Amino acid sequence: MLETLPITKEEICKPENLVYSRTHLMTDAALSYCPGCGHGTIHRMIMEVIDEMNLQADTIGVAPVGCSVLAYEFLNIDMQQAAHGRAPAVATGIKRLMPNKFVFTYQGDGDLAAIGTAETIHACNRGENITIFYVNNGIYGMTGGQMAPTTLPQMKTATSPFGRNVETMGYPLKITELIAMLPGTYFVTRQSVHTAANVRKTKKAIQKAIEYQKLNKGLSFVEIVSNCNSGWKMTPVEANKWMEENMFPFYPLGDIKVPK
Amino acid sequence: MSATKDIRLMKGNEAFAEGIIRAGCDGYFGYPITPQSEVLEYLSIQKTKERTGMVVLQAESEIASIHMVYGGAGCGKRVVTSSSSPGISLMQEGFSYLAGAELPCLLMNVVRGGPGLGTIQPSQSDYFQAVKGGGHGDYKMIVLAPASVQEMYDFTKLGFDLAFKYRTQVMILSDGAIGQMMEKVELDEQIPRLTDEEIIKKYPWVTTGKTSDRERNYITSLDLNPARHEILNRKFQAKFKKIEQNEVRFERIDCDDAEYLFVAYGSSARVCEKAVQLGRAKGIKIGLLRLITLFPFPYDEVARLAKQVEGILTIEMSAGQMIEDVRLGVNGAVQVEHFGRLGGIMPAPEEVLNVMEEKFIKTKVYA
Repeated sequence: MLETLPITKEEICKPENLVYSRTHLMTDAALSYCPGCGHGTIHRMIMEVIDEMNLQADTIGVAPVGCSVLAYEFLNIDMQQAAHGRAPAVATGIKRLMPNKFVFTYQGDGDLAAIGTAETIHACNRGENITIFYVNNGIYGMTGGQMAPTTLPQMKTATSPFGRNVETMGYPLKITELIAMLPGTYFVTRQSVHTAANVRKTKKAIQKAIEYQKLNKGLSFVEIVSNCNSGWKMTPVEANKWMEENMFPFYPLGDIKVPK
Repeated sequence: MSATKDIRLMKGNEAFAEGIIRAGCDGYFGYPITPQSEVLEYLSIQKTKERTGMVVLQAESEIASIHMVYGGAGCGKRVVTSSSSPGISLMQEGFSYLAGAELPCLLMNVVRGGPGLGTIQPSQSDYFQAVKGGGHGDYKMIVLAPASVQEMYDFTKLGFDLAFKYRTQVMILSDGAIGQMMEKVELDEQIPRLTDEEIIKKYPWVTTGKTSDRERNYITSLDLNPARHEILNRKFQAKFKKIEQNEVRFERIDCDDAEYLFVAYGSSARVCEKAVQLGRAKGIKIGLLRLITLFPFPYDEVARLAKQVEGILTIEMSAGQMIEDVRLGVNGAVQVEHFGRLGGIMPAPEEVLNVMEEKFIKTKVYA
């Protein structure tokens, strides 16, 4: 078939025809995430922005325990793998001693809003000049789909098999709204990456967050509501639909705290 | 033009704090707890940012403190935290991660009586936790046992040097008495902090931002491949073996002609030193083996002395923890007994001498 085409591959693959390419800040390693998961897109958005802002040599990332524990395999930047929940403390240690570097954490909801609640709130409250990327999929993905602090009421998980009963299991925690109340946070927003339009909005939010850190404005916090089709036991398409219908009403997208 | 010595009267905790500043520390992260709160207080009043550029930060917990240390250590910085027993228990998670990621740092425990909230008085009941590894996994850390305020100061520089030589944690295992008592301390000149450029040159593994001249660096304790993870663990063990071969430190006090031997460290060693003098005044040939490194443990020296003496008495402010290592070194060659006071009580020199006499000398059966 190929030889019948009026134009050859060589003729197409010329530098002047290149309109889009993968950033070299993503390594060649195959992502360990499930097909349909948002992590890959979020990784790429962050790396694209760091690349475009020419910050590779100035960036130190911190990824604690969760699905993204192996982020250092995929991101071509210097990184530290932190203990479960402790990334904001690790990032504090880095940023305080390397104040001219761009320091970010990349945390899931179990990590940030359960085991790492104290580290998160106090890093935010101190106004640490770091950026937190918070991926909220309402479940513990890596350990096999257990109930998270963000699991919606009546949502079924491996440890709430009959649905989350808020009377015995507590309510989902809107930690993003909570930390937005703290004077140390400068920019707090909630985004998603399930459509092309949302990906673009997320990328803009990442750009803003990094700009504010460069300006020493304090802590910027970007939540990205994402799906966990494996944990939710849905196809990726079903999971995105379910996310729109159930997650977004409880975790509405948009800026929560913007600079005055 | 003779340089005058800088000698000051200081608490052990203050000497430690002054020691880390002068040893070129980049960052201290800590949380208040009795009996070591003077460390953070002293550092706070010293305006270290202006003095040397050193960062001092009061964290929200001991857990946060140790993970701030992790972050700084991963950048090749000279970082420190200190606490007392209950706080050190909280830090065990971090110690294990630091061991797995092979990060150098200096830790200090001003031990108080336990278990639980226990007491704020001096104790030595955290020996097992420090020497055998309190966190999960196969790891060790170098443990230094100061017996004076001067050593609280001196071991800061030694601790940093050992930490970076082996890419390991070093813990100064002090106690409430050494931390709180005041003695004279001779101070050294300020050692300048390393610049970022010097750190990058000295330690190529640090995470300071990936530059085009090298591959990315990452700090991790994770490897999901069991074959690779076993190799990594064997590498750790080889490092600990090397430390055992090279870094054993102890002090022999009146050991050359000793017929009876105390083995002790820290405050207990100070008590035993006096008991040796009292015993010798009575004509009893007693010596003291004072341990300076608890890991690595001086098994060989203990074995040598076991062949020379007629009895060994270990003195610890615990129910008997170090005695297990002494017995490993002695390996049945001579009788080893333990005497300890618990709950924050320090034994008196007369008390330990009396125990030595009761256990070994008065009961001696002459052929």
